[in-house]
Amino acid sequence: MSAQFLQYLFAGLTIGAIYALVALGFAIIYNASQVINFAQGEFVMAGGMATVWLANAGWPLPVAIGAAVALAALLGLALEKFAVEPARGAPVVTLIIITIGASILLRGLAMLVWDKNVHALPAFSGDAPIRIGGATVLPQSLWVLGATLVIVVLLAAFFNRTLLGKALLATSHNRLAAQLCGISVRRVLLVAFGLSAALGAVAGILVAPITFTTWDVGVMLGLKGFAAAILGGMGSGAGAVLGGLVLGIAEAMGAGYVSSAYKDVIAFLVILGVLMFLPGGLLGARASERV
Amino acid sequence: MAFRLLSMIAAALLAFAAHAQPQPIRIGAFLAVTGPAAFLGDPEQKTLELYVGKLNAAGGLLGRKLELVSYDSAGDAEKARTFAKRLIEQDKVDVIVGGSTTGETMAVVPLAEAAGIPFISLAGAVVIIEPVKKWVFKTPHTDRMACEKVFVDMKARGATRIALISGAGGFDKSMRAECLKVAGKYGIEIAADESYGAADTDMTAQLTKIRGTPGIQAVLNAGFGQGPAIVTRNYKQLGIALPLYQSHGVASKEYVKLSGEAAEGVRLPAAALLVADVLPDNDPQKKVVTGYKREYEARYKSEISTFGGHAYDGLMLAVEAMRRANSTQHEAVRAALESIKGYVGTGGVVNLSPTDHMGLDLSAFRMLEVRKGDWTLVK
Amino acid sequence: MRGRGLALLALAVLALPLALPNKYAYEVAILIGLNALVCVGLNLLIGYAGQISLGHAGFFGLGAYGSAILAARYGWPTPLSLPAAVAGVALLAWLVGRPVLRLRGHHLAMATLGLGVIVSIVIATEDRVTGGPDGMSVPPLAAFGVALAGETAWYWAVGALLVGTVWLARNFIDSPRGRALRALHGSEIAAEMVGIDSARHKLDAFVLSAALAALAGGLTAHYSGFITPARAAFLHSIELVTMVVFGGMASTFGAVVGAAALTLLPQILTALKEYEMVVFGAVLMLTMIFMPRGLVPTLEKALAAANRRAV
Repeated sequence: MSAQFLQYLFAGLTIGAIYALVALGFAIIYNASQVINFAQGEFVMAGGMATVWLANAGWPLPVAIGAAVALAALLGLALEKFAVEPARGAPVVTLIIITIGASILLRGLAMLVWDKNVHALPAFSGDAPIRIGGATVLPQSLWVLGATLVIVVLLAAFFNRTLLGKALLATSHNRLAAQLCGISVRRVLLVAFGLSAALGAVAGILVAPITFTTWDVGVMLGLKGFAAAILGGMGSGAGAVLGGLVLGIAEAMGAGYVSSAYKDVIAFLVILGVLMFLPGGLLGARASERV
Repeated sequence: MAFRLLSMIAAALLAFAAHAQPQPIRIGAFLAVTGPAAFLGDPEQKTLELYVGKLNAAGGLLGRKLELVSYDSAGDAEKARTFAKRLIEQDKVDVIVGGSTTGETMAVVPLAEAAGIPFISLAGAVVIIEPVKKWVFKTPHTDRMACEKVFVDMKARGATRIALISGAGGFDKSMRAECLKVAGKYGIEIAADESYGAADTDMTAQLTKIRGTPGIQAVLNAGFGQGPAIVTRNYKQLGIALPLYQSHGVASKEYVKLSGEAAEGVRLPAAALLVADVLPDNDPQKKVVTGYKREYEARYKSEISTFGGHAYDGLMLAVEAMRRANSTQHEAVRAALESIKGYVGTGGVVNLSPTDHMGLDLSAFRMLEVRKGDWTLVK
Repeated sequence: MRGRGLALLALAVLALPLALPNKYAYEVAILIGLNALVCVGLNLLIGYAGQISLGHAGFFGLGAYGSAILAARYGWPTPLSLPAAVAGVALLAWLVGRPVLRLRGHHLAMATLGLGVIVSIVIATEDRVTGGPDGMSVPPLAAFGVALAGETAWYWAVGALLVGTVWLARNFIDSPRGRALRALHGSEIAAEMVGIDSARHKLDAFVLSAALAALAGGLTAHYSGFITPARAAFLHSIELVTMVVFGGMASTFGAVVGAAALTLLPQILTALKEYEMVVFGAVLMLTMIFMPRGLVPTLEKALAAANRRAV
């Protein structure tokens, strides 16, 4: 029984870490601009697909990864500069539709520039499963968990100790006050989008050896990442990570112990339940609304 | 004055030329070129384009050129319906070859029946031709046949208590339902029945449950898309040593590439097309399948799949029927289709009749095994 | 202005058949009408009440499957099964709306999204009743042995229904309840201070829009003769919201225009083959960037400005 439980736990933690990274991307952009970026999943896709393409073209894997992350960051910057910035002041719903349009555009581009097939990346350190307490874990899962941990720590340091990170935080708390302090909101927005895109790309690359990558892999991952961000409390980095892990584990446990056909239903019911009793999400601050 | 005369003559000649130019024969198609079934629709589209071109280069059909009018239905039944209506009412096609998925096909069946136009479907489920519908035909093997072929092989290996794992898609669910229905007839007991979502990325939970069920001797994965590749990898990761069977839904090299080493020893029922090169020379299908493989790979520089082969069969059957009927009139073509016997396609030898609108039997399926990243024929 | 708009719509519906060359064109027109029905209702929720729903395709799908299952599996006559399905969905929306509408902004978005996804998964999984992901056949709409069949008949039915619904929606918006709704959108707290029961009004808009979606769903099912769970899926919900915002929020005619534009666009763009998605995404983005309030409000403003200058 407990070997089964461990197996489900590892599966849940692995996919949960990916959801956490995607959720962080949502949270960072939302904090800076109040926009829900429906194209976030496409950054995840771009990271994986670009890496596959470059690796197939003969680039060594680490270089391909670096280039792919840079490409995704560029896409994020472009999205902010050419789509979000011109529409500043538009109602939030309009901005959401713009990001939806961007998501469609990026997927269409992916089909044209790359292809429609499903691709796998080679695992970073081999495929030999590791046995832990009766359950088996892929080495790639450990890479996913480890990298997520490192990224979360680095992000925390970025937000709390660097000037740019603090500027981002300040903008998310109160944009006007931040501007009055001399913070360039435009620059902050660019950084937020670029950073989110890079995060998404890293998530896509980490998980491509396990889950494969294809032109529309971002749709489901984006949706789940968004759900995880809300579950944890949009606007809280720790919330995004917690939300991702909880969502992943809820899915795996639901599939293992209740019903594999309805595991997504179980996960969403969990989210709905949390929202009913904690409208701000798990770690979301009880926001007070200014009238 | 002379100029006016000349221009009138020119106009008359042009009109005559336009009249003398016969109307092309229109082949209508709606395929899932993008979307979740893109790996079905993409090779189907490419195959149709390639062979309509080849037929035209060889002189066309009945003295007329062929014209392909195709739309991308992206795996969506509503879109398929609207495009099929467009093909019938606006583009006025002579025959429809299309419908990559069962959902799309079934949405269009009432349209084809009402309009009285021959419709050759490229989708899998048995419900398309059972009960037989007057105007609807299909070229791929049915999901029931896949179950039967697998069960026969399992029995031969001594596995009678098995587990089933399938995805959430239409193909998966339809095949799962058929397998549950016919298992008893072949002496197979399905002791575990798990499923996963269409975009799921980890099936270790479901496979762990299967491993925990006592007495399982083999596992059948009824699925298509990337799910089966993930199942195969998880299978190896968990160290499950039982025989794993896949369905014909993954009959393409992409599955083998994605599954990597984990695919070693996996068996599946598939058309002879996949093992074209290792077929014995006296095999009736040898010439057709090696021809298709050579021509497709030369043109598109990518590996063939059985899905493109089904489109090839569909087009060729339509062309053959029109040739026999010596017309494109709908009823004549339909009757001609029903009379085709002994036609050698990529999917098998086809014998159509008024009561059988698919024409393949169990021998059209070969049992293949993956060895060293390539398909081998199981004797 | 309002009477003129409605008259224009009625005129368009009456005159359009002159421009429709074949049954396929009629089909597109009917699909536009059915989408417009959903959008008019959804616009009441998003544009006027200011609440977002990313799960309305769930109501659409429940209306469609409800009527289909009652008619096909239980033998109910379709003039009964359709209203029953709509009533059932309205009841469900009422029950579910009360707790869910307490949430705000993106939390409400997530909750409605979750509900929509749950509905679409349940429909796709319970294949014994619903036919599963491959869908099920739906009997045609028929009463006393006479079936509503053929594109022309359906065109007039849907056209009449659309004009009627737009008329009702406009009346609702101008009624005291409608004004209360608009006050809500402006500022919920200010509205409550004036004595408006915001929870009740939000629920009204939610239930009304759900009922309209269910009606459109049922009609679509009976018209097509076939229904698949994809109609209840997340992507369809997004399409509906996009139509409303594209056409113009807080504008009933905007909803109709948005539905027309985004139903026609894929039919036209299909000629671009593999470039279709890229162009569609680009069109969406550019339109929303340059017309942030949507097509109809922006055009109305431009017309008004031109009129003022002309004076």
